[in-house]
Amino acid sequence: MTAALPNRADVAVIGAGVMGLAIAYHLAARGRQRIVVLDAHYLAWGASGRNGGGVRQQWSTEMNVRLMQESIEICAHFAEEMGINVWMRRGGYLFLARTKAAAERLEKNVTLQNRCDLPTRMISLDEARALVPELETEPGPGGAGGDAGGFVAACYNPTDAIVFPWPFLWGYAQAAERRGVTIETGAPVTAIDRRGDDFVLTTPAGTLTAGRVICAAGAWSPRVARLCGGTLPDRPVRHEILSTEPLKPFLKPMVSLIESGLYVSQSLRGELVGGVSMPEESNAAGEVRLGSRLEFLTTMARGLVALMPRLGHVKVVRQWAGPYDVSPDGNPIVGPLPGLPGFYVACGFGGHGFMMAPVVARHYAAYLDGEPPHPFFTAWRADRFGPGGAAPPAADREEMIIG
Amino acid sequence: MSRKVILCRCEDVTLADVQHAVKLGRTELEEVKRYTGFGTGPCQGKECLREVACAVAEASGTEPAALAPFTARPPLVPTELGVLAAAGKARGKVRP
Repeated sequence: MTAALPNRADVAVIGAGVMGLAIAYHLAARGRQRIVVLDAHYLAWGASGRNGGGVRQQWSTEMNVRLMQESIEICAHFAEEMGINVWMRRGGYLFLARTKAAAERLEKNVTLQNRCDLPTRMISLDEARALVPELETEPGPGGAGGDAGGFVAACYNPTDAIVFPWPFLWGYAQAAERRGVTIETGAPVTAIDRRGDDFVLTTPAGTLTAGRVICAAGAWSPRVARLCGGTLPDRPVRHEILSTEPLKPFLKPMVSLIESGLYVSQSLRGELVGGVSMPEESNAAGEVRLGSRLEFLTTMARGLVALMPRLGHVKVVRQWAGPYDVSPDGNPIVGPLPGLPGFYVACGFGGHGFMMAPVVARHYAAYLDGEPPHPFFTAWRADRFGPGGAAPPAADREEMIIG
Repeated sequence: MSRKVILCRCEDVTLADVQHAVKLGRTELEEVKRYTGFGTGPCQGKECLREVACAVAEASGTEPAALAPFTARPPLVPTELGVLAAAGKARGKVRP
């Protein structure tokens, strides 16, 4: 990370989050290419260092289920392969629903997931209570989020997991550097100019000429694309998380409420980590907002205490915010950006980019290396938006976007 | 007797851990926090930030005063969920 910025690279990756680093690592592992990763800040400054560390396979589209099955296997072997502890714990994900409509959606999802060989199943509320004895399942007054009991359905997949996000960045960064990748932090790209077929990237650390540019800047991607006249339709949405003091292990699965978007898990470090949906703020300028709000803290506290009344005396030690990078139809945006040959994007992952990065990056590197593109390059192509670009039909819309 | 020097008591981060992080080029306190986990426990750095800053300064050959502290996160002191939940309710009542 202290090496001088080279003048030239085959591939410049903008954004040293998990997506950018993992793409750089997999591409470097294939050899031949000179790769530079640029980041405006330090590793784990952005959303990769701010997410809740959930890694689940319970989705509503076959594409996401299958990709996440592959991703979770990569995560399961990450520590061994990269020589770094990622604090992974497979306690499963428990989803709870309060409305009949949500219950039917869960049932439909379970059928799809079973077809993909995932052991998800609908469970009774008694089973849910056996899994999480602290759970309040009887309806009560609740809080603003109405988070006390009143559940009508639950589903559980025991093979979903949680991880500690930060070590994934060190793991990918170290492995990429060992394979010759230059990672330049504290190097915001301030201009991108075309020179023939090349891109010239201006940073405070120097100027870099690259044949191809991969924009993996998450919620900051539209800003990066604009530097060379590109347009991306994703928008940043502030999401907040809190963390409590560490407790003895008691909470096995990640618990997630469909209607309120509340989710909470206990990390291997013992702390409870979770968030909840808040009304989306107006943000016409598309600013990335990272401030913490009292409103979130009290809403989340109300929701947690209603969900598990015994948590009333547990202390919150920290809250923070990170940006979801949300595309107009909720699906990611990957592949070449129309009108800018050589400029590729991997963004719009809507708050789930961290868990998807291990698998997406592996296929992305294969694609950049000339292999046939994985089907997600078609489903999530950038030109589905733009003039006349309609959102895909409802059947393709991912419904399990939580938080 | 162990010669380990613990700098962050909440997360068991040692002087050697901090020196190792600096050796890898992580010389900002924000980076050292994320690499070692120091300051992420119940004290949120209130007990250890100064000690770690001095260790980073010494290992990297800079002045402690040149190091910016990591971002302080709310709440100011560890606060019970029940208190925050009640505060939210009370606040809701006085609002139209």
